[in-house]
Amino acid sequence: MAMNRVSRFFLYFMLILAALYALAPMWVMLSTSLKTLDEIREGSLIAAPHAPTIEPWLKAWGTACSGVRCEGLKPFFLNSLLMTIPAVLISTLVGALNGYALTHWRFRGSDFLFTALLVGCFIPFQVVLLPMARLLGAVGISDSVFGLIFVHVVYGLAFTTLFFRNYYIGVPGELVKAARVDGAGFFTIFQRILLPISGPIFMVCVIWQFTQIWNDFLFGVVFAGSDSQPVTVALNNLVRTSTGVKEYNVDMAAAIIAALPTLLVYIVAGKYFVRGLTAGAVKG
Amino acid sequence: MASLGIHNIRKVYPNGVEVLKGINLDIADGEFLILVGGSGCGKSTLLNMIAGLETVTEGEISIGGKRVNDLPPKDRDIAMVFQSYALYPSMSVRQNIAFGLSLRKVPKAEQEATIARVAKLLQIEPLLDRKPAQLSGGQRQRVAMGRALAREPQIFLFDEPLSNLDAKLRVEMRSEIKLLHKRLGITTVYVTHDQIEAMTLGDKIAVMKDGVVQQFGTPDEIYNRPVNTFVAGFMGSPPMNLIPATLSINDGKLYAEITVGPTAAKRVQLPLVGFEMSRLHERMVDGAPVLLGLRPEHLTDTGRSKGAAANLTVPIDLAEPTGADTLIFITLGGVRCIARLHPAAVAAHDEVDLVVDTSAAVLFDPSTQNAVAFAAD
Ligand SMILES: Nc1ncnc2c1ncn2[C@@H]1O[C@H](COP(=O)(O)OP(=O)(O)OP(=O)(O)O)[C@@H](O)[C@H]1O
Ligand SMILES: [Mg+2]
Repeated sequence: MAMNRVSRFFLYFMLILAALYALAPMWVMLSTSLKTLDEIREGSLIAAPHAPTIEPWLKAWGTACSGVRCEGLKPFFLNSLLMTIPAVLISTLVGALNGYALTHWRFRGSDFLFTALLVGCFIPFQVVLLPMARLLGAVGISDSVFGLIFVHVVYGLAFTTLFFRNYYIGVPGELVKAARVDGAGFFTIFQRILLPISGPIFMVCVIWQFTQIWNDFLFGVVFAGSDSQPVTVALNNLVRTSTGVKEYNVDMAAAIIAALPTLLVYIVAGKYFVRGLTAGAVKG
Repeated sequence: MASLGIHNIRKVYPNGVEVLKGINLDIADGEFLILVGGSGCGKSTLLNMIAGLETVTEGEISIGGKRVNDLPPKDRDIAMVFQSYALYPSMSVRQNIAFGLSLRKVPKAEQEATIARVAKLLQIEPLLDRKPAQLSGGQRQRVAMGRALAREPQIFLFDEPLSNLDAKLRVEMRSEIKLLHKRLGITTVYVTHDQIEAMTLGDKIAVMKDGVVQQFGTPDEIYNRPVNTFVAGFMGSPPMNLIPATLSINDGKLYAEITVGPTAAKRVQLPLVGFEMSRLHERMVDGAPVLLGLRPEHLTDTGRSKGAAANLTVPIDLAEPTGADTLIFITLGGVRCIARLHPAAVAAHDEVDLVVDTSAAVLFDPSTQNAVAFAAD
């Protein structure tokens, strides 16, 4: 019994230590972003701000210069939203359709196709840069938000298809057969039978894709036009654009702003993520 | 409504397993076909092929005289009950039943009436607003049944539709199905493991084994004139006794000689009444070994016997009262046999006088296991 209490204490001690270690940078960023430059210069790194100010946040959002534009992160943040939301939705929906076709409408070569898609998950970003640039140029959507959306959809498909295939493979084939006998076709079955039971895996896909696409820097810097740059690229420019003194507080605020949406998605939908990953097959 | 033709159907699954090896079945418009056979013999596969859910490797399926091999399921006008029920998990019972109707553009009011009708028939009225996950196995099975019965298709396909119901409900549902079939006259293919369902519902029975139809005929033919020992053993409960015997021919009359009792000390000659020499297989000569097939009810007590018969006194190994009958286990020809007697006939003796109705017997060739002789009708 006593032994048990000791080991339990030790366990919590370690867990709290790990949590503190993980949260420390977050704390430093947050407190720094609320300090004035003077306070940063004089005080310690981990001390709480004694006169909190939201000035750095306002500047990061609205007036800070990244490159030649001095409008803060706001326009780029909107760019990111405009690019991420369609890309996430399209790649998730198409992935769901792919997964459905690969599991319940097997065709000659469908297993090969799936294997090929799996390989797609392991292709590093860098490999697709040049071919993709040429393709976008040929189609005439380079340097635009459409091009960027297209790249993210294509790159994300391998993952979303994999997610949905592994989920749908647990759905009994007789469900689809019954619907076919009832007179339903490919899309009716997808919409009426499969989609209503796809909630958990949908959440997984959306979270995964949102995180990937929002946080992406490389595709953004390569494929976006100057007026469609995502917030990650702008953040980089903002931090590196210095006019005299380095404004750490503004940099920190900007970094938090850029990370906020993914944080929010995790906080709101995190529990679905775990639930979706562990959700079992559907029993009729 | 339509006839159903299955001609030389073969099925090889992509993994290379040949599941059906040339099936031939023809049933007329409005007939009720029962498919029976051991687990894994290909019954569900055959139903799936009739429905158009599995491709046909070879052969032809026709509905109403028209080849349907390449017709998709929705154009075959079929309603099916799946072995695993396959209820749509996100829909309520009501929506499950309505799904097929609304896809076929049945007017709303008519849908409501149909749902009410099948719900009453299947005693699922209180369940209409539940989801499948909130139902018991037997309730799910009735919903699956309701989904099929809501329509009046060309052909019904039922894959063990009553297997999960309690005994009372099963009897009720069985007669409902029979009544419904009588009323609507829809061609039906019905898979079952239940002997009584097979005998009472079927116009025709097909007994399958390892992807081959062993016998296809009326219940009466299957029961009384099984073509081989597999069919003889499969239909009927308890199954037909297969007694090792020796054929003997005396004065142009046929006899089966068997040993009696566990010690095989006694030998008797049973006259095979009604068997004609002229119709006998050429291998069946004097002294040839045969299997004498006798149903338990043809080994019975003197009070129940009727018709041509031989008498036999045998020691009882074990008696099992089942209510209406008492089954006794005896040893004939060195194997365990079962006789069906009136309970009063089995007193506390260890011996019983049996009447053997040899005119209902079937002779099998032990080497091929095929039937070689039946009594003349
Ligand atoms: N998709 C498939 N791929 C490969 N083999 C299959 C497939 N489906 C069924 N089989 C095999 O085909 C054989 C027949 O299966 P089927 O389901 O038709 O049997 P069944 O007669 O309905 O049996 P039960 O009475 O147990 O329902 C089995 O040996 C099974 O393993
Ligand atoms: Mg089956």
